[in-house]
Amino acid sequence: MKPIQLGLVDGAILVVYFAFVLGIGFVLKRHMRSSTDFFLSGRLIPTWVAGLAFLSANLGAQEVIGMAASGAKYGIMTSHFYWVGAIPAMVFVAVFMMPFYYGSKARSVPEYLKLRFDEKTRALNAMTFAVMTVFSSGISMYAMALLLNLILGWDFNVSVWLSAIIVLLYISLGGLTSAIYNEVMQFFLIVAGFAPLVFLGLRDVGGWSGLQMRLGEVATAQHFASGAFSYSWKFMGHAADNPMGVEWLAMLMGLGFVLSFGYWCTDFLVIQRAMAAHSMAAARRTPLVAAVPKMLFPFLVILPGMIAIALTQHSGASGFALPNKADGSLNYDLVIPMMLRHYFPSGILGLGLTALMASFMSGMAGNVTAFNTVWTYDIYQAYLRPKAHDSTLLWMGRAATVVGIVISVGAAYFAAHFNNIMDLLQLVFAFVNAPLFATFLLGMFWRRTTGHAAFTGLLSGILAAAIHHGLTQPIGAHTLIKGGWLGHVLRIYPSEMAQNFWTAIFAWTTCFAVTILVSLATTRKKSDTELAGLVWALTPHIAETETVWYKRPFMLGMFVLVLVLILNIIFW
Amino acid sequence: MSFFDLRLPLGWLFVVLGALIVCAGFGTQVTSEGMSLGWNVDFLWGAFMIGFGVVCLWLARRYAKKHGPSDVGNAGGDRS
Repeated sequence: MKPIQLGLVDGAILVVYFAFVLGIGFVLKRHMRSSTDFFLSGRLIPTWVAGLAFLSANLGAQEVIGMAASGAKYGIMTSHFYWVGAIPAMVFVAVFMMPFYYGSKARSVPEYLKLRFDEKTRALNAMTFAVMTVFSSGISMYAMALLLNLILGWDFNVSVWLSAIIVLLYISLGGLTSAIYNEVMQFFLIVAGFAPLVFLGLRDVGGWSGLQMRLGEVATAQHFASGAFSYSWKFMGHAADNPMGVEWLAMLMGLGFVLSFGYWCTDFLVIQRAMAAHSMAAARRTPLVAAVPKMLFPFLVILPGMIAIALTQHSGASGFALPNKADGSLNYDLVIPMMLRHYFPSGILGLGLTALMASFMSGMAGNVTAFNTVWTYDIYQAYLRPKAHDSTLLWMGRAATVVGIVISVGAAYFAAHFNNIMDLLQLVFAFVNAPLFATFLLGMFWRRTTGHAAFTGLLSGILAAAIHHGLTQPIGAHTLIKGGWLGHVLRIYPSEMAQNFWTAIFAWTTCFAVTILVSLATTRKKSDTELAGLVWALTPHIAETETVWYKRPFMLGMFVLVLVLILNIIFW
Repeated sequence: MSFFDLRLPLGWLFVVLGALIVCAGFGTQVTSEGMSLGWNVDFLWGAFMIGFGVVCLWLARRYAKKHGPSDVGNAGGDRS
C-alpha cells in the first residue's frame, strides 16, 4: 500500500491536537496535591464529563479498527456488541452495582473485593488486572505504530516512542483528570473525524437502500440468505445461517450476559471513570450518560465496514474497494484508513487521522491510569508500604505511570515479534473477566458468599475457560492459540466468535456453581455489620429524590433500555 | 478545589481545527467523482466545527458568568 502524503494543514492539525493534549496536562498539574486528586480526580468530575470518559476509555484500537473490520466481516450483527451487550450491562452497573462501588468508598475494584471478601481475592484480581492493563496498553501502541507505518510510512520506533512520551507526559502531570479530560476531547474528535466519512460512504453506496442491495450480493456470494448482512436477528435461529456463526442462545448468554456484563460491570478501566464523579447520583448516572452515545456508535464504527464490503463487492461511483492481504483474502483491518484516504481531501484528512490516533491514545491512557491506581493502592500500599504517607502515594502514582508506560513499550516490541500475542491477550481477558462477573454478582447480591468461595470460584472459572478452550477449536484453526491444545478436540465451532462466547459461558457457570457450593461448605468470616454497604440485602436502599425523571438512575436506565429495544426492532 | 471548565479547551480546539480545515477548503479541488464525491467537504465540515466550538465557548462563558470563576469545576454538571 502506497503511504498517504500529508499536506501542511494535515500536519498542523496533528500538532495543534498534541499541543492541546499536553496543555491540559500542564494546566492540571497544579491541582494534583494528593493521591485522591491524582487517582480519583478528587471525586470532583461532573456527570457529563465522567460519562463521556466512561465511553471513551473503551474507544481504543479494538473499538474503532476492530468494529469496522467486524462490520465488513459479519455485517450488522456486529451491533449486538452494543445493543445486546454493552447497553444493558451499562444500565445494570449504573442502577444496581454503582451504589456498592461508590458507596463503599473503595478506591478501586480490587479494593472492593478486599472489603467484601478477603486479601487473597483482591490480590488475584489486582495482579491479573495490572498485567492485563500494561499489556493492553502496549498492544494498542503496537497496533497504532503498525497502522501509522502502513498508511503514513512513519517509522515504527518513532511512532511507539512518540505516543508513549505524549501519554506519559499528560498522565504523570494531571493524573486521572488529565486522562478523563483528554478522553472527552478525543470522543468529540472521533465523532467529528468519522461522521463525514460515514456520510460520504453512504452517499457513494446509494443510501441505505443501495447498501442493503449490495450487502445482499455480499451475502449470497458467501452462500447466505440475501438479508444475512443487513438484519441483526432474523438469521440467528441457527449458527450456520449467519456470517458470525452464532445462534441466539450463545449471543444472549455469551455476549449479552457473560462477556459484556463481565467487562462493563467489573473492569476497573471503565469503573474508575464513574468512581471519579462528584456524588453518588452522578456516579450512577455516568454509565447511563455514556449509554446514549454508545448505542449510536454502530453507525460511526460498524457502518463504515458494511459500506466498505458493499462497495468492494459492487463498486460505486468513486471506485472504492478494500485491498487484499498477501494470502488473497480481504484486509478488513484497513476499512477506516482506506476510507479516510479515499474520501477525505487534505484538511479533513488530517482530522480523520487525528481522530484515529486519538482513539489509540485514549485506549492507552485508560489502561495506564487504571494500572497506576491498582499498583499504588492494591499492591504497593496493600503489601509493600502499608503505612505510606499520602505524598509517597502521589509520588508512587507518577513513578507507576512511568513504569507502566515503559512496560507498555516493551509489550509493543514483544507483540511485534509474536503475531499471536493480541489473540492470546484477548483470550486471557475472556478467561479472567467472565468468571469475575459471577464473583461480583454473588458477592453483591448473596450475603452468604464467603471469601474462600470467591477465590476458589474465580480460579475454577479461569480453569474451566482454559479447559474448554483446550478441547475446542473454531473451524479452520491452524494454531494451538485458537484452541485444541489439550490434544483432543471435542467440538469444532463455526467461528472464533462462537468459541469465545461458549468459553465465557463455561467459565461463568463454573465460577457461579463452585462459589455457591464452597460458600455452603465454608463459614462466612465477615459479620453483617462489616458487609453493610457492600451487599444488597444489608445496604439501605437509595431513595431517588431527584425531581426530574432524567436525573433518576432507574428511570433514566429504563429510558435507555427502551431506546435500545427500538433500535433492535428497527434493524431486526 | 475545582478544575477548569472542559468546554473552554474543547471549544478552542474545535475553533482552531475548524479554521485550519476551512483554510484547506479554499485549496480543495472539487471533482464530481472520487474524493468527497463533488462536495467541498473541507469547507462545510470546517465551518460546522467552528460553529460547535463557538457554542462550547459560549456555554462555558455563560456558566462562568452565572456561577463565578471559582465554581467552574462543576460546569455542565450538577451537585445533586
